[in-house]
Amino acid sequence: MRVSAYLDHAATTPVLPEAAAVLVEHLSRTGNPSSLHTSGRAARRAVEEARETLAGALGARPSEVLLTGGGTEADNLAVKGLFWARTAEDPARRRVLVSAVEHHAVLDPAFWLAEHAGAEIVLLPVDGEGRLRLDALRDELAAHGAETALVSVMWANNEVGTLQPVAEVVALAHAHGVPVHADAVQAVGQVPVDFAASGLDAMTISGHKVGGPVGVGALLARRELGLVPVLHGGGQERGVRSGSLDVPAIAAFAVAVDAAVCGREATAGRLAGLRDALVAGVRGAVPDAVLRGPADPTDRLPANAHFTFPGCEGDSLLYLLDSAGVECSTGSACQAGVPQPSHVLLAMGLDEADARGALRFSLGWPSTRDDVDALLAALPGAVDRARAAGLAGGPGAGRSAGARSTAGVA
Amino acid sequence: MRVLAALSGGVDSAVAAARAVDAGHDVVGVHMALSRSRAQLRTGSRGCCSIEDAGDARRAADVLGIPYYVWDLSERFEDTVVADFLSEYEAGRTPNPCVRCNEHIKFDALLDKALALGFDAVATGHYASATAGPDGAPVLRRAADRAKDQSYVLAVMGPERLARAIFPLGGVASKDEVRAEAAARGLSVSAKPDSYDICFVADGDTRGFLRDRLGSRPGEVVDADGTVLGTHDGAYGFTVGQRKGLQLGRPAADGKPRYVLAIEPVQNRVVVGGAEALEVGALEARDAVWFGDAPVDWTACLLQVRAHGAAVPVRARATAGGGLEVRVDGSLRGVAAGQSAVLYGGPDGDVVLGQGTVERTERAGVVAGEAGVGEVDGVGADGVGAARAGARA
Repeated sequence: MRVSAYLDHAATTPVLPEAAAVLVEHLSRTGNPSSLHTSGRAARRAVEEARETLAGALGARPSEVLLTGGGTEADNLAVKGLFWARTAEDPARRRVLVSAVEHHAVLDPAFWLAEHAGAEIVLLPVDGEGRLRLDALRDELAAHGAETALVSVMWANNEVGTLQPVAEVVALAHAHGVPVHADAVQAVGQVPVDFAASGLDAMTISGHKVGGPVGVGALLARRELGLVPVLHGGGQERGVRSGSLDVPAIAAFAVAVDAAVCGREATAGRLAGLRDALVAGVRGAVPDAVLRGPADPTDRLPANAHFTFPGCEGDSLLYLLDSAGVECSTGSACQAGVPQPSHVLLAMGLDEADARGALRFSLGWPSTRDDVDALLAALPGAVDRARAAGLAGGPGAGRSAGARSTAGVA
Repeated sequence: MRVLAALSGGVDSAVAAARAVDAGHDVVGVHMALSRSRAQLRTGSRGCCSIEDAGDARRAADVLGIPYYVWDLSERFEDTVVADFLSEYEAGRTPNPCVRCNEHIKFDALLDKALALGFDAVATGHYASATAGPDGAPVLRRAADRAKDQSYVLAVMGPERLARAIFPLGGVASKDEVRAEAAARGLSVSAKPDSYDICFVADGDTRGFLRDRLGSRPGEVVDADGTVLGTHDGAYGFTVGQRKGLQLGRPAADGKPRYVLAIEPVQNRVVVGGAEALEVGALEARDAVWFGDAPVDWTACLLQVRAHGAAVPVRARATAGGGLEVRVDGSLRGVAAGQSAVLYGGPDGDVVLGQGTVERTERAGVVAGEAGVGEVDGVGADGVGAARAGARA
């Protein structure tokens, strides 16, 4: 099938040509960065230069960059590692505060801790635009600040694109001596991200969301922050994250992050313009489509648009657009391929029926006006069809053919 | 045509989809998720319902090079097939959940959604033949492989829906042919074992499933005169015609085996008696569908009342109330209310004429009561009779 429009860059985005070149270049070289010989030293140098590049691009010190096998691992390390370290220091600190709209890579480790390690999870509510309710965080900390292990609030939401009030979260939490982690996987390259200036104690970044390869990421963590390892072994990454370092991926990751950050202003400005055109076009084509997330475009990621289409099943729309060559996402997790109603939308106050009609359109560095136009051309027909199918498959849908008598036997 | 291929994760539906692709159709594979729970209706087992099956279906679609989606029909499945299964047993009947799944899910919810999304037809791996007759009307026939024939569980869909159905396996000589074709096509499900149990009942333990969902309801086991012979912990655990699992202390006076003759849900009684009371002389069925004109006059044809049962000579006609009635000319034993009655005709006796759900039966020569009598072949101590025999369709 001809793919004419890829509008799912928040899932993964093409590798930047310069990152791909570095990846290939390093694939042909041998050397474990932990080895002491010449090849090992060369590999180590590549890793450390990448670390410095990452740190420089993101306002961190090189020693604060803990390389991981991706964003999920970094989130796990932050949530579990911080919880274990904090409860070891002070067993009373068992409360884990996470926003209700976190990615599953944060939510699931938190709930795992609740199930297996005695954590108490506090899901912090969000408003109708998906933004953390700071008053709830303030009240929670006022009541239980001394029992709180950590706070984790994402920099920007992956589904509806809402930018979270990270600075305010940090200020509130630090007033109670509570460290803050932020998943910034979606934010890097789209909005300014400066680790030191943010005041965060830990921050997750990922390679494949910014034009780097899949399977590499990092947790930026302040040096004084206690972190209990999740992976034990050879003692790499300050002993916090064991495992031989993936030199080609790390080198390419650094190139991609650097390019994304250096080019951010121009790219984000261009994508915001395309996104605004997409939003206006969708509203024109489907007047009852509801834009979810912030109404003010400056409060959301520039490459994100998210709608619910009343009366439609998101998976029907996904199929119809896919068959028309337009690739997008329902934005929520699947179970065995079945799209589930998004926990993000439910937390924003939508009911299940509305949440099932969700589609996320996300732009990336290769996106053009043609992609938006392809969507706008295919969307009206898809919505008509999906609406008819939604009625056919919905609750209480009757038999439309082969109607039969239900009368009893005489 | 744009064809939706229903992919269960088994070998039949995979080969059916492959044949639809070969026929030049624009094919999209869809796996139906029939349970919302993460653990699925049953795990690690064969059936339409496990995560493994969804993965097998996806791999089959990969190999065929067709798009693949999972559609969540779990709510409809629970509200129709499972709910019907429970309420029918509760009412002392013997349902066939595969018939209900074809009626409410595959050729209703799935087909309706497919048509609304722009598909022209749904292809499945059922063993049956769907063709257009001389007048263009759809004709449902038995599969070439009579041992695998599933026309019985498909009849319920009626002609309008049949016109939108494609059964690419109707003409295969045997399941071995399908397996060989799957292997030749590189489909990894080629050696996957067949499934026989009801897909939403774990371990095939129907009585346990019913006990979990309906609770324990102790009552009496009586003979035809009302003499109490024993007790049971839920009349729903019994099926008309069942012989095993009665756990009666006293042997019958004549020393002959006793069978379940009737379930009386109101009194919560199970009535047992001798085999001679199992013969059915006539029956009535409700909600008839006809694949041609409904016969007003008595018409000689064949009747089948369970998935792999024999067809017996009968005369049948439509009733004014939208049902059908049958007079049995041959010997028919083992018919419980709730079973699907399918009528066959044509020169070779392989064309489906119509279908209805058995409402009441009459004993041969004697007018019996509300519930029917008969012997259910293949029934075990679990007492699932026709439901079990018709599984996986």
